[in-house]
Amino acid sequence: MNLWTGLVGSIVEAWGELRVHRTRVLLSLIGVGVAVAALTVVVAGGAIATQVQIEQSERWGGRPATYQLNAYSMETGESAPASRISPVVEAAAERYGIRYWSRMTGDSLRVQLSDGVYHVSVQVVDQPYAAIHRTRLLHGSWFTERDAARLAPAVIISSDLWARIGSPDLRTHPTLEVVTPERTVVVVVTGVIESPPETEGGDLTAFMLTDPFAAAGLATTPSDQLFTQFEFWLPPEVADELSARLSAEVAGALGEGWFADVYRSDYLAYSGEDPFLVQKLAIGGVAVLVLLLGALGLVNIALVTVRHRIREIGIRRSFGATAGRVFFSVMMESVVATAVAGAVGVLIAVALVKNPWVTEWLDAYLQDVPPFPVDAAVIGLAAATGVGALAGLLPALVAVRVKVIDALRL
Amino acid sequence: MSFLRLEQVTRSVDLPDGSRLEILRGVDLEVAVGDHVSIVGRSGSGKSTLLNILGLIDTPTSGTLEFDGIPLERLRMGARDRRRGRDVGFIFQQFNLLPRRTALENVMTPLLYAPGRQFWRRERLATEMLERVGLGARLHSTPDQLSGGEQQRVAIARALVRGPRLILADEPTGALDVETGARVMTLLDEVAEATGAALITITHDPNIAAMARRHFRLDAGVLTELGQPVLAGPPAAPSAEAAL
Repeated sequence: MNLWTGLVGSIVEAWGELRVHRTRVLLSLIGVGVAVAALTVVVAGGAIATQVQIEQSERWGGRPATYQLNAYSMETGESAPASRISPVVEAAAERYGIRYWSRMTGDSLRVQLSDGVYHVSVQVVDQPYAAIHRTRLLHGSWFTERDAARLAPAVIISSDLWARIGSPDLRTHPTLEVVTPERTVVVVVTGVIESPPETEGGDLTAFMLTDPFAAAGLATTPSDQLFTQFEFWLPPEVADELSARLSAEVAGALGEGWFADVYRSDYLAYSGEDPFLVQKLAIGGVAVLVLLLGALGLVNIALVTVRHRIREIGIRRSFGATAGRVFFSVMMESVVATAVAGAVGVLIAVALVKNPWVTEWLDAYLQDVPPFPVDAAVIGLAAATGVGALAGLLPALVAVRVKVIDALRL
Repeated sequence: MSFLRLEQVTRSVDLPDGSRLEILRGVDLEVAVGDHVSIVGRSGSGKSTLLNILGLIDTPTSGTLEFDGIPLERLRMGARDRRRGRDVGFIFQQFNLLPRRTALENVMTPLLYAPGRQFWRRERLATEMLERVGLGARLHSTPDQLSGGEQQRVAIARALVRGPRLILADEPTGALDVETGARVMTLLDEVAEATGAALITITHDPNIAAMARRHFRLDAGVLTELGQPVLAGPPAAPSAEAAL
């Protein structure tokens, strides 16, 4: 019964304190709320910035763990023809359950534009290439398995090339004429990728699928003279072992005198540790600094009002408030208030990071938008609440230590 | 039977220079329920220290203090706090009302630390006590809306609302003019007598001291019981009704 009245009494007392000192409390809480919101936004912003960099890196080198394999003669240094490697790789991929692998060959097309025939660099790949490299399309879509069966091969072109043909609506199935020594081949534009900014002379590039490219006879050099690389996206935990096996199997299939070279190409290949560690630490440091500033504001206000609060606590103690009761009330006031302020801060952060304008903007740059940093929000909330408790307990500690009459004389 | 008994109580503090300051020296005092005791003394004579000890806020350096028959050393800190809340009512020279709280909230404050019925009925009890000291119409006034006399009456209501057996008044009229002070003391005396509480008043004012039934002087830490003190002037002590 006494425990119950004590608990209710503490709540009543804390509520009364909050009500009477609302200006001070509000000021403190605004500081806490802003600190938690800033902390969460900084962490979220940092995660987004890191993700942008990661995705940019992955567009070049593939996602972790991406391995590239090529084979060449140890005597002459010439590349092994793709036709000899492909069956081995295909069998191995099936055996090891490797879903994402692609051939990669560089070539060029002679494309008829309105003002003449232009050379267009073409990267000839297989369908999983886009998943490995996070290839994003401005318009249309990446190749599907059915594209291999088209009579007119599908092509994905750069936005500069697309602009050169008048930026046609892809729903009208625009075509390009590729001029070969024997004939003109019509290819259908099914997608557009973004060109790098300010490429001199325009970025005239394209992607095509390997088999339709070969079937249409678009290769400028005989297929056995083309340099073809093989790319694999492997589970990082088994990537080293699996890539070594692939290399050994290809080398074995080619026979004596051939060497199969395999190397990792994604951004984690270049260092053993997370290459974004420094950036993450810097963001963490800024976040801690933000929280520290919020905490300092709170402690500052607590210190400014400490004299006033000690006197009040002295009065309460003279009327029977035990030290434990004073602690509990002050803590409840501070902890509950700062927790609420922290929660408001998190809500502000959610509103800032997850509002439709921001997410729409991020979707344009990122494939995998990082999740809301719940851990940062929780840490911020807990830290703010802890600081609130500390700031509240400071006057209570002093008040409990100081003699009641001395406290009353303040 | 004595409600409060001090025997050879001393209180000293060590000073930074290594010397020792004797604040109270061999204080003997017995206070029974219903007593009205006054203690006079100059500033620095140890009055507040004695008040701290009587109110279970401070502990003697040596000697014995029995509170309601229980030696002080047998009471732990929390028990002392609870006993102080239950049995002791403080009245301060500067009233020490909680600012920005209404008279009612101020008087309810001690009841927040009371167990059971007193806690749950705190608003009603506080209202009744404020009506008793004549402030039934000022329940929702904050201290800055009350006169000095009214503030001290709120302080008296707050000190008495839990029905303490000991009222400690530290210069209760020090911040009031002579006439208001006398009225407040008359009220305090009458309410204390009606509730059967012992009243210990610490004061500079011989006229206020003269209203007590037993008189003591504290001089350089030594407490001496006096006979009826000589009044500095006629005490302007109207009846409680007039005071209200």
